[in-house]
Amino acid sequence: MISINPLGLLLAEGTESMSATAIIAALYVFALAAFLGYQVISRVPPLLHTPLMSATNAISGISLVGSIVIAGGTGPHHAKTATILGFIAVVCSTSNVVGGFALTDRMLRMFKRKQAPADTAKIASGNGHQKN
Amino acid sequence: MNWQTYFIEFSYLLASILFIFGLKGLSHPETAKRGMHLAEIGMALAIIGTLMHFEIVSYTWIIVGLLLGGLLGAAMGVWVPMTAMPQRTALSHAFGAFAAALVGIAEYYSYTHGFKDIAQLGHVKMGAMGFEIMLGALTTTGSLIAFGKLQGILPGQPLVYRGQNIFNMALLATTVGLFIYLIFVPTAVIPFYIMLALAFVFGVLLVMPIGSADMPVVMSLLNSYAGLASAATGFVLGNNVLIIAGTLDGFSGFILSILMCRAMNRSINNVLFGAFGSAATATAGAGEQGTMREVSLDDAAVQLAYASKVVFVPGYGLATAQAQHAVRELATVLEEKGVTVKYGIHPVAGRMPGHMNVLLAEANVPYSQLYELEQINPELSSTDVSVVIGANDVVNPDARDNPSSPIAGMPIIEVDRSKSVIVLKRGQGKGFSGLENPLFFKPVTGMLYGDAKDTLTKLVGAVQHA
Repeated sequence: MISINPLGLLLAEGTESMSATAIIAALYVFALAAFLGYQVISRVPPLLHTPLMSATNAISGISLVGSIVIAGGTGPHHAKTATILGFIAVVCSTSNVVGGFALTDRMLRMFKRKQAPADTAKIASGNGHQKN
Repeated sequence: MNWQTYFIEFSYLLASILFIFGLKGLSHPETAKRGMHLAEIGMALAIIGTLMHFEIVSYTWIIVGLLLGGLLGAAMGVWVPMTAMPQRTALSHAFGAFAAALVGIAEYYSYTHGFKDIAQLGHVKMGAMGFEIMLGALTTTGSLIAFGKLQGILPGQPLVYRGQNIFNMALLATTVGLFIYLIFVPTAVIPFYIMLALAFVFGVLLVMPIGSADMPVVMSLLNSYAGLASAATGFVLGNNVLIIAGTLDGFSGFILSILMCRAMNRSINNVLFGAFGSAATATAGAGEQGTMREVSLDDAAVQLAYASKVVFVPGYGLATAQAQHAVRELATVLEEKGVTVKYGIHPVAGRMPGHMNVLLAEANVPYSQLYELEQINPELSSTDVSVVIGANDVVNPDARDNPSSPIAGMPIIEVDRSKSVIVLKRGQGKGFSGLENPLFFKPVTGMLYGDAKDTLTKLVGAVQHA
């Protein structure tokens, strides 16, 4: 939210003592997300690395929320150039979100443990590909 | 804070949690689908929440943008064939990074053109913004070049010239120099646009010298950069869900790059600046002499039909020949004859991480038959026939046996340990890295030339009659 935007306030004559805390808080979020990301993603088996890339791509399309705010601000207090740039960003991000999730779903639907029922010749193997 | 702000913040918090659950689901194919649905719900919540933002005055551009992007994304989601996944992923990295860069540019423009209070543009904010724009810009053009190479619009070979690395380093140093200058003087508009332009140029020059065979690493790196650019956007806008999602994406790409590099026994530096597969490295390993033994289709069919265990080792050639369905048909016929069929998947087979797994899954191969490198290697000595389909470097015994080989130390799928090897290959040419492959000259190896899809389809018929 722009209203609680911490970073720009840091240099504002030091009057905003809250801003430094806000930056530290943002860094905390970053560090914890990095740690969590490492833990969660290193458990993804190579089998699913392509869906993983597609999924993280879709998720990082969340930058759409930033683009929306910029594209939606029109009027005398808002730059027309910014609106246009925001609009292009909305198109790019939305296509990543929609396309990314659609493709991930499509890929994941293809991963089947057993062969289609028509093929009965499947050799029952207890090899258990799952690794955790 | 008014109620809208609470609602928005709460939707972002929920979205962050759902994203993490979504990625956690990806640790197993059984839970992955549900995980993705959670992530999708999170995304929808965050978008709905954002639409209530107090700064939004007009919805016209937003709705048009959402519709246009949604259509574009849906079209890609539905129509992109699995063989084209690497290209489409490269394109989406470009889109994501471009969006991040545009948000940064729009913000900077608003500050420097009096639409926002310039006094608010502090050093730290400028740092985050500059980082976002620089990384976003270079990832945009870098990904577009990767897309061009994967799509075949640009030559896949590394494009090298004398003094390239020095020139690139100088360019990067200039860009970063301008970035640092901007942190101290955020109002320097002209240096800002020069930095932006240089970052775009650097992205092109960064990926041009990298050969197609190294694409899995490049894709992972660009994935990482696109994610970090999004995370930087989060810092600029003070938005936690952006920081979290961007960081998850960035780290995912980072982990994948490390895994890919390890699977090639190379450092990231070597991949980025080594121009692997260019003329300079191609001469190594020459002088490998001997004769290749060609095997006839019928002989191959008999070998396969009377084997008790067959391992398929696919490479990028499987994707170019679109042969995934044909290999699956052959496997079905073999299984009907009581043959055990497994697939050995090298981490860097194909053009992106997990490429082969997705192709084979598309052809209805159950994932319990897909084996990783470490799992399949101990089984190969008890394998009757290994069938190499359009793979080369990942089965090159030189990596194991010849310390002076450029790919020395790269873990390989040791098909030469199996009782017999059939190599499906388009022609007698060398692999992408330009290296001679001693596997082809080994007595156990029989070469079966021709288009992989065509050959496999013929083998299906021949095995049925064998």
